[in-house]
Amino acid sequence: MKVARAVAIGLLGAVAIVALAPEWWAANRYDTQFRAIPDTPPAARFPLGTDAVGRDRLSRLIYGTRVSLLLAPAAALLSCVAAGILGGLAGLAGGFIDRTIVAAADLFLSLPWLFLLLIVRACLPLNVSPAASVAITFLMLGVLGWAAPARVVRAAVRKLKSSEFVFMARARGCRPWRLLWCQLRPNVAPILLAQFWVAVPIYILTETTLGMLGLGVAEPLPSWGGLLRELEGDSFLARPYLLAPAILLALVIGSFQLLLSNEDFSI
Amino acid sequence: MKLPFALRPAPLLLLAVTTAAGAELRLTLHDEPKTLDPWLAADESAEAVQYLTEGVLIRVNRLTQRPEPELAESWSISKDATRIVFQLRRGVKFPDGSAFTADDVVQSFERLLDPALHSPIADTFKTDRGSVKLRAEGTNTVVAQFPTPTASMEKLFDQVAIVSGKALHRPYPGLGAFLIAERRPGVSIQLKRNPAYWKRDSDGKALPRVDSVRFDIEQNRDLELLRFRRGEVDLIDKLTPELFDRLASEAPGTAIDAGPTLDSEFLWFNQARRAPLPEATKAWFQSAGFRRAVSLAINRADLCRIVYRGHATPASGPVSPANKLWLKEGLNPEPFDPAAAMKFLTADGFRLEAGVLRDQRGNPVDFSIITNAGSKTREHMAVMVQQDLAKLGMKVAIVTLDFPSLIERITRTLNYEACLLGLVNVDADPSEWMNVLLSSASNHPWNPAQKSPETSWEAEIDRLMLAQAGSADHHTRKKSFDRVQEILREQMPVIYLIHPNALAAVSPRVTGVKVTAFFPHTFWDAEHLTVGARPPGIH
Repeated sequence: MKVARAVAIGLLGAVAIVALAPEWWAANRYDTQFRAIPDTPPAARFPLGTDAVGRDRLSRLIYGTRVSLLLAPAAALLSCVAAGILGGLAGLAGGFIDRTIVAAADLFLSLPWLFLLLIVRACLPLNVSPAASVAITFLMLGVLGWAAPARVVRAAVRKLKSSEFVFMARARGCRPWRLLWCQLRPNVAPILLAQFWVAVPIYILTETTLGMLGLGVAEPLPSWGGLLRELEGDSFLARPYLLAPAILLALVIGSFQLLLSNEDFSI
Repeated sequence: MKLPFALRPAPLLLLAVTTAAGAELRLTLHDEPKTLDPWLAADESAEAVQYLTEGVLIRVNRLTQRPEPELAESWSISKDATRIVFQLRRGVKFPDGSAFTADDVVQSFERLLDPALHSPIADTFKTDRGSVKLRAEGTNTVVAQFPTPTASMEKLFDQVAIVSGKALHRPYPGLGAFLIAERRPGVSIQLKRNPAYWKRDSDGKALPRVDSVRFDIEQNRDLELLRFRRGEVDLIDKLTPELFDRLASEAPGTAIDAGPTLDSEFLWFNQARRAPLPEATKAWFQSAGFRRAVSLAINRADLCRIVYRGHATPASGPVSPANKLWLKEGLNPEPFDPAAAMKFLTADGFRLEAGVLRDQRGNPVDFSIITNAGSKTREHMAVMVQQDLAKLGMKVAIVTLDFPSLIERITRTLNYEACLLGLVNVDADPSEWMNVLLSSASNHPWNPAQKSPETSWEAEIDRLMLAQAGSADHHTRKKSFDRVQEILREQMPVIYLIHPNALAAVSPRVTGVKVTAFFPHTFWDAEHLTVGARPPGIH
């Protein structure tokens, strides 16, 4: 398992390095159209071929990795921070605040995410840059995704609140904020970390779903979701190189899961 | 009238000879119909459903382009081409058992022409001297009086659904081959055979031959083809060029290219003065020089070659080169000429600074192009246009929206900058463009539903279109419509890009399909089609 974990760390590290500076690794810009040679199979100049309008698939995959891999963790971080604050508050305060936050979480969980995202996407200003568009998409994912981890955090805080060490701290006159920061936070942090690792692949896949519907990251900016649209239908049987983004996505998510399974998140 | 283009012979499909018991014809719609009201249908999905469920007085045969009797058994047109008298078919009944009479026709038109309805179809019955007036003479004769001579007037009646005048509430019972049985929003529309349908085949057997039609709403074209291959879908009315080539290589007999259509794909800028856009942006879009520059900067040949894989023709205007009768002679597609484009922009006060195009006030030229989500072809066209315009220093964002949101923006809120869409043309006659080119039309793309024309050239187009609609003389009409095409080239309110070919997929299970270049390409005579048994396991 240690070997697998090391491989996962190595893979994620390599992908992160490529994603952080795609200009170094990509032979072409993601939006350059080689119109004389559209939809070509892999060759020395274009290792994954060119897409329907003649763009270098490998370069687009490298740039798309940056978009998906940097923004998905950012969105996951946002939702986990919100979940930590709201879930912690609900668990700690109880009563009306608890009921209100739980009701809000239930409401968010019952909302049809995809339709909500479509509605929000349709209401957004049109003339925004592709970079702003992708940021907004992931921001929405982050804002909408707080409810599930918040419920987990709330349950953990409620359990911790009745534990002996918290009782002892209170008995010794520990103030609420100190209790929160010094006693509860270290115990809740692993749970939030687990939620973070769970959320990252979910957000990547959600963006992929939006991309498959043509509503994800705006052209010409590539993302894994947008690149996976080439797999629609069964064209990959004749052109297996189209599977490259799917394989990368599977490897990255698999690596996240490997890391996750080795953490001890028990309270 | 000479046919505008050569129609290819339909393939002979012999595998399925008889219709299986309880046979169902399975088709797809690419979007949820915006409305099922037959007089408000403006999108292709709604028109497809309407085509199968509504009865019309005269139907234009999609194969021969000749008008054929439907609910009107015969008709006669006055010598001055202002009046048409319909003799209605006797014995026709609505699904509720009530008899079809002349009053139903008159009341249908009264509802259609009600200004409160805002029907896009009603625009085709308008001339500069008013609208058509209908009156019943007895139970089986209807007289339609046009205020001015109108050429090919009988073809106009192909698109008007005749419904029961006695019915008080929508949906009014229709007289088509099928009835709407069930609508599952976003999933499917199920049609069942109309038991009261009047038409019989040559052997005297009741039509339609299939018991039901199912329209599955399938935005994803790849999945649509996948389902076709699995036997879940029988006909695909419009394949993308990529999928067509794929199907043609795998199963050549099922992929049919019926040649150039009258349809067009085009781009336009929002030129409505009431649009909620910054004044500087409106000024760009209202400048003919700016629009002309954009047109010159787009490489149409590349769009045909790359996006359509050769299954399209560069557009010179709204009239397809296939429509030789009405295309203005000498009007060639705009050449790809970025240098000429830059000259137009410079003349308009634009300047290129460090790769960024700026207007006279120094505002960088950036705008968004909206198009419907799910259409790879349009997305690829938009991406190529984006790169072409980037060479002029224009920064273009591409936004794909779900179809209802897009329609909402381009027809109601007008909160958009540019739009890339297509137009389906059923008839080659210029009257077909009335509901698009008249400034008062709700489908007038660049500035819909104007109370009065906001520009002098739009006023001239209005005058010319109404004049051609009000004349029976071909030469006069041609002259008017030629001038309309000239104005559209000079002012470029719509940047016509390409005319696609009709690319269809026909399952060997379906017998009798004759693919045409006119919408609907595959199921225009659905009542005559037969469907054989499906593969095992497909329900």
